[in-house]
Amino acid sequence: MKHLLSIADLGADGIEEVMRVSDSFVEVSERAIPRVPALRGKTVVSLFYEESTRTRLSFEMAAKRLSADTMNFSVSTSSAKKGESLRDTCQTIEAMGVDAMVVRHSSAGVPWQVRSWVDCTVINAGDGWHEHPTQALLDCYTIRGSRGSLDGLRIAVVGDVKHSRVARSNVLAFTMLGAEVTIVAPPTLLPPSLDGWPVAVSHDLDNVLAKVDVVYLLRMQAERQSEALLPSLREYTARYGLTRKRVDLLPEDALIMHPGPINRGVEIAADVADLPRSLITRQVANGVAVRMAVLFLLLGSEPRA
Amino acid sequence: MAERERAATPPYGGVFSARSQVMDAEDLRRAVTRIAHEIVERNHGLDGVVLIGLQTGGVPLARRLSEALSQIEGVAVPTGSIDVALFRDDIGIRPVIPEAVTDIPFDLTGLTVVLVDDVLFTGRTVRAALDALNAYGRPRAVQLAVMVDRGHRELPIRPDFVGKNLPTRHDEIVDVRDDGVDVGEKRPAGQETHRR
Repeated sequence: MKHLLSIADLGADGIEEVMRVSDSFVEVSERAIPRVPALRGKTVVSLFYEESTRTRLSFEMAAKRLSADTMNFSVSTSSAKKGESLRDTCQTIEAMGVDAMVVRHSSAGVPWQVRSWVDCTVINAGDGWHEHPTQALLDCYTIRGSRGSLDGLRIAVVGDVKHSRVARSNVLAFTMLGAEVTIVAPPTLLPPSLDGWPVAVSHDLDNVLAKVDVVYLLRMQAERQSEALLPSLREYTARYGLTRKRVDLLPEDALIMHPGPINRGVEIAADVADLPRSLITRQVANGVAVRMAVLFLLLGSEPRA
Repeated sequence: MAERERAATPPYGGVFSARSQVMDAEDLRRAVTRIAHEIVERNHGLDGVVLIGLQTGGVPLARRLSEALSQIEGVAVPTGSIDVALFRDDIGIRPVIPEAVTDIPFDLTGLTVVLVDDVLFTGRTVRAALDALNAYGRPRAVQLAVMVDRGHRELPIRPDFVGKNLPTRHDEIVDVRDDGVDVGEKRPAGQETHRR
């Protein structure tokens, strides 16, 4: 495989393979010198047309731990400011000789466009509302680390599903690995159509919480909401926020996850985010190892023609 | 081991087909016992000696050597394993994938490390292992124990302890298992033959 654009490209076997290889990279990350020479001489550029903390730093750290060279592109300090088009920017960067581009953009489908313009490996690091495959991989890996497997687990995905690329990739990945997914959201924050999604839908969080193994909270994406979809954030929190009181409804061993950045006090109460059963920081730590696995599998493990 | 070589050398796919057995289970047991005695002799006991098996073929052998050593000297020898895939020099030339997780739960600084592998061939795996060990401290010395030395070295690497020297053709495959050692070759899938 040369590119990672959608979680669907991997299929269940591909996800399992990434998770299996990630174990090795977790071990590498725990060494006193967490660096291996596997991708020496390769160059990975991150092309971020949208802001990011976790994903960009995590990819950069992953590439560095594999001894690849890294370059960073951000819109605010580049010629994109002078009006250079995406296509020209990609071709300029490729002309310098890069092996992989990690692309984030606010429009769905951009990584597919980029792939058609360049010869190097393209990795989707989030395109609009569409997909965020490495997030889904690290979430599957994190759940597997706590529960051994996703098969048969009941997972509730709660919140702003409409604007969430994380929800799209994660629902695909969770269900491919045999989990039962329930989406919990106010009707205004659901996608226009759920046709073809193998999920149940509920508008009653309290009712769902008692029967889940994992509650996966989504960030309220105020920056993507162009119209008034909610009466107020306070009302949202009252009905869909994971408050301390709601945590008591969860089974004792249920896990709490969030892709970050978290809006403390909106989708998750401040103290809930810091509970031991909340895996939010584990997700970030695993993100580096999983992205090392992705980079290595795409750039290192196949012979190049 | 045969499985690993089969998957990692062209033509990819195909199956290992054994042609002749060169060591049986008893030969293997005697070789393990002899190598264990040689390790004790060379190091004047087992003070500060640890075994590290190379994933995947060297790991069961390291375990057997560790058992033999503790029978001889009555002390437990710390035993770990290392996967060298990420340190190989042929990444990008052939499919390389981590086979297993490295497990070295101790600092190697000042210790004598005996690397254990089933077959010594080009020496490139051992070269990668020497690099990989760096991340775990600075050993006092590194020694190499292999069950079969089949020749065809491509690097200046020499084993300290050898179960059997076995001249081979470059395209042959040597398969070390718990119950013996076979030599054979790779055939296209569907043409496998069985030993004897």
